[in-house]
Amino acid sequence: MNIQAMTPAAEKIRLAETDDGTILFKVPFPKEMKDIQHMSPIIIKQPYHIDYIHSYGQDSPFFAGLANGKLLGTKCPKCKYTYGTPKAHCMECGSPTEWFELPEVGRIHTFTVCHRGGEEFLKETPFILVLVEWDKVDTLFLSRLVGVDTSKPSLKMVGMKIKAQFKRNAKFRPTDVYFVPAE
Amino acid sequence: MAFKKTRDVYFVSGGISKFAKARPEVTFQPMVKEAYDYALKDIGLENKQAQEVFDGSVASYFSDHFSRQLMAGIMIQDYLGLCPLPSHRVEAGGATGGVCFQEAYKNVASGVMDTCVAYGFETMSHVNTWKGNEFIALASDVSFDYPVGGFYSGYYAMMVVRHMQEFGTTVEQLAHVSVKNHINAFHNKYAQKRKRLTIKDVRNSEMVAWPLTMLDICVMSDGAACGILASEDGLKKIRKATGKDPKNLVKVTGIGRGTDAMRMSDRPHKKVILLAHEKASDYKDLKYPGIHSFRAGRTASKLAYEHAGIKDPLKEIDFVELHDAYTSSEIQTYEDMGLCKYGEGGKFVESGAPFLPNLDYGLGKLPRQGEMPVNPSGGLIACGHPVGATGLMQAVFALWQLQGSMKKHVGDDTIQVKNAKRGAIHSHAGTGTYVTVSILEKA
Ligand SMILES: [Zn+2]
Repeated sequence: MNIQAMTPAAEKIRLAETDDGTILFKVPFPKEMKDIQHMSPIIIKQPYHIDYIHSYGQDSPFFAGLANGKLLGTKCPKCKYTYGTPKAHCMECGSPTEWFELPEVGRIHTFTVCHRGGEEFLKETPFILVLVEWDKVDTLFLSRLVGVDTSKPSLKMVGMKIKAQFKRNAKFRPTDVYFVPAE
Repeated sequence: MAFKKTRDVYFVSGGISKFAKARPEVTFQPMVKEAYDYALKDIGLENKQAQEVFDGSVASYFSDHFSRQLMAGIMIQDYLGLCPLPSHRVEAGGATGGVCFQEAYKNVASGVMDTCVAYGFETMSHVNTWKGNEFIALASDVSFDYPVGGFYSGYYAMMVVRHMQEFGTTVEQLAHVSVKNHINAFHNKYAQKRKRLTIKDVRNSEMVAWPLTMLDICVMSDGAACGILASEDGLKKIRKATGKDPKNLVKVTGIGRGTDAMRMSDRPHKKVILLAHEKASDYKDLKYPGIHSFRAGRTASKLAYEHAGIKDPLKEIDFVELHDAYTSSEIQTYEDMGLCKYGEGGKFVESGAPFLPNLDYGLGKLPRQGEMPVNPSGGLIACGHPVGATGLMQAVFALWQLQGSMKKHVGDDTIQVKNAKRGAIHSHAGTGTYVTVSILEKA
């Protein structure tokens, strides 16, 4: 078969073009090739968005707990090390851990007031981050503290008693729990 | 850990691209080439000789998000004309450059290679600053930490609040670090920020995460750095190619690395890991590392000191280039590295010990000024922090210090540490998860 006979003239062959994406009209181009290395860089915007299918995996009971107004940690049945943020296996001895309900009231171990943040959280500034400590719990828990004046941070806040509260409608994020002053 | 005797490793040459907020006129490959070409030129090596002289390389960059380019390492390897030589990419957050340097060291020390090129870069200007902060915060647990308000400055602020609570460290002491490093950088042409600041300037600048202000925190940068390491046999290959002896040799005499849990909440509250010159009784009531100290930094220091045979770092090291992404982490690192005891970092900087002896910082006479210069280059706070390049940049500055060649390379010998024989470099990843310490000595 003669392929040429079936093909239209080259100038009639076109890749389909659309109007989306970056269109820059009349891009400057030097007359002399030797001048081309002095041209300014072309800088374009490239959007990038993706939805991840994120599984909480072995930590899922923690989020189910939050949805039911319970803050869960884990405890090692073997060496008794206790986790304020759940770990499914003990970092001390490697044993599988067991779930338990953390006390409602804890204390501020440390904190900060964020006036800036990652882009996702900028609209929420200023906000307070706290690491929460509990008696007889070996590790801490990162959370938000609300109901405290963000304009007057001081070291006096360290050690302050705070208690857990839960969002009415869980979003299945660790911020389904947050802390407020307990006294 | 018992270090087995391995081959001597020489750090023969290095190069740095000028760090800048943005380098839109180039993509990352030519930026690395700037640093690479500088390193070649410094030892008189022609580019076309590289294939016969070099045995391989290690590539360093932190974030695939920032460049939106997977496998950027191989694109540097081909651009530099180093294909088909062996190479691999390393990643360890902020410590990526420090790890890269050590992996290149290991290639040579082990006998796998006689010469190895360590190169690194980061292009952080391709997203806006707050999106960049979001990317960096993804280097925290995305189930438990990031969604709470992922922000590294916030994490470090919580650590320094605990340091202040535990040891009485003050915000003015933090500001001393910023003043020192910015004024040092005034004399370093590679630095991104060259400013004469006062304690007041630092405290009055915009609050980012209490108590850390804009001037307590390093900026984002585009930049690249490169180092060339060689064995005795590697030196011979270089000599053969260039027809001259590599001069001003510097040896890598110790490497150490440590780790800690990603989530700060998981960090233990136990006993201090002691350095050779410390006693358990120094820290009777201190729970360690908690949130106030970097166990990885202490571990890295301990291993590097053991490897290099250092018993008392303050007396046996002449200067340190350390990872001051935050003024607070510089103070915490003095302690991890044993330049002072845990809890004394604030007083250490206030005493003037980590300042250069010959510079006027506008702080009056400091009692211990110049005892142990820390970040004579200006550190990350002033030089910039293009993550994958940072640890290599520190290595190159340390090399030039030990060669006594600061004037030649940075154009000013004000920040030259006089008669420097031994220096330490320290590279650190997010909240102290990976830390490296390497010891360099005049050969
Ligand atoms: Zn256990």
